[in-house]
Amino acid sequence: MFPARYWREIPQRYRLEANKCKKCGRTYFPPRLVCADCKSRDFEPLKLKDEGKLLTYTVIRVPPSQFIEQSPYAIGIVELDGGTRILTQIADCNLDKLQIGMRLKIEFRKIQQDGEAGILCYGYKCVPV
Amino acid sequence: MRDVAIIGVGMNKWGELWQKPLRDIFVESALLAIEDSGVDHIDSMYVGCMSSGIFVGQEHLGSLLADYLGVNPIPCTRIESACASGGAAVRMGFMDVASGMSDIVLVGGVEKMTDVSGGGATYALSTAADQEYEVYHGVTFPGLYALMARSHMHQYGTSREQLAQVAVKNHENGSKNPLAQYPQKVTVEKVMNSILIADPLRILDCSPITDGAACAILCPAEMAKKLSKKPPVKIIASGHATDTIALHSRKDFTTLNATVKAAEKAYKMANLKPEDINLAEVHDCFTIAEIIVIEDLGFVKKGEGGKATESGMTALDGKIPVNTSGGLKSKGHPVGATGVGQLIEIVHQLRGEAGQRQVKDAKIGLTQNMGGSGGSTVVHIMQAM
Ligand SMILES: [Zn+2]
Repeated sequence: MFPARYWREIPQRYRLEANKCKKCGRTYFPPRLVCADCKSRDFEPLKLKDEGKLLTYTVIRVPPSQFIEQSPYAIGIVELDGGTRILTQIADCNLDKLQIGMRLKIEFRKIQQDGEAGILCYGYKCVPV
Repeated sequence: MRDVAIIGVGMNKWGELWQKPLRDIFVESALLAIEDSGVDHIDSMYVGCMSSGIFVGQEHLGSLLADYLGVNPIPCTRIESACASGGAAVRMGFMDVASGMSDIVLVGGVEKMTDVSGGGATYALSTAADQEYEVYHGVTFPGLYALMARSHMHQYGTSREQLAQVAVKNHENGSKNPLAQYPQKVTVEKVMNSILIADPLRILDCSPITDGAACAILCPAEMAKKLSKKPPVKIIASGHATDTIALHSRKDFTTLNATVKAAEKAYKMANLKPEDINLAEVHDCFTIAEIIVIEDLGFVKKGEGGKATESGMTALDGKIPVNTSGGLKSKGHPVGATGVGQLIEIVHQLRGEAGQRQVKDAKIGLTQNMGGSGGSTVVHIMQAM
């Protein structure tokens, strides 16, 4: 991964920085320049909550090459408290015990690695509460 | 706006075409379409292709393909909308003819997917999802559709068997299509015992990796009867819509809003209702996709796609036959060519030349071609002239 591409997403991946439309209140992650609902361009910064519930999930058994060492692993869509939805891995869980509606919290983890000499890529994963 | 007709179609058998380069795969289909139409020249070309840059390291297909078809210096543009590139190319050709800019237009699609490894193909396809907020976390395309499947099963009680029945039906249809990549019939049991890719989806829920091309010739409807050797087919509607690129940004994972909106536009343009459609080719990249799409096209109520499939409503002899060609599942899915391949099946059906797959009295057919996890969709409606 090209370092600049990785580096510019750090505020989102490390610190969950989102933004909120000042006019209609909708939140965006990653932050946006124009609100898809009310078209306002007036935003304030917002940090996402780090707990939420699982909306849907799957277990990836045939992964992309950078993820082979982690396979099989769970992926879910999580609605964080406050309403923002993210897609993330669900780590440290029993793959047979995942359930829609279960409570999860965000932890900071290594996500992937570009080969032996490539940069280590970090970010958020969810774990059961 | 002028009415637009399809006067020629062409495609070769899709599959793993190791010995053939992208340019020849395309040119063979283009020549078949030109021959089928009987025209002696074309005025412009639009070619759908998702990712030739990653698959074979080649961009600038407009120049390459016009050159190798021997039609320089006519205008030729490559159109990209992920797996909906073919449908989008058809729409561009439709608008070119309808506007009066060009009379005879070749629309096509091509993809050469087997020059990279399975992992390479997974990567190329994943570029149709959000790189930073989906793919970064290790999700794959089967994974994204698995997330939809899990939601649909949870919300509407759609069963694992009902997903399998989509594959069974489409392979049954594909077994009657000499151009299908995987014409083998499958059983519910075989699908349910095939290897897991992304729970609950198994390998036989997934469309394959395919090399292939498909082409069609469009012209103004008023010129069609004079130009064409075969019964022309009119394109009576073209609908196109987008949705969020990331699945998780949507309110409901059991509906594909770009499909709902593209279909609404198409029905309105054709002044038709879902019940007026005699048959449809839909984007069954995964079995769950066909179930959701037949709901979103209005053939059945939301949540009843699984039951409708189980009841045989979408089978070849059902009320609304879906994917008579075998669909992406059996016919193959060379991503950029798929949307044009769908159109070709409808043309064969409306001309009455679909052989063993022929739907009786087919007059009006619909195609639904979708990009990524549903971030773009193109719907066309065709009518026998
Ligand atoms: Zn707003």
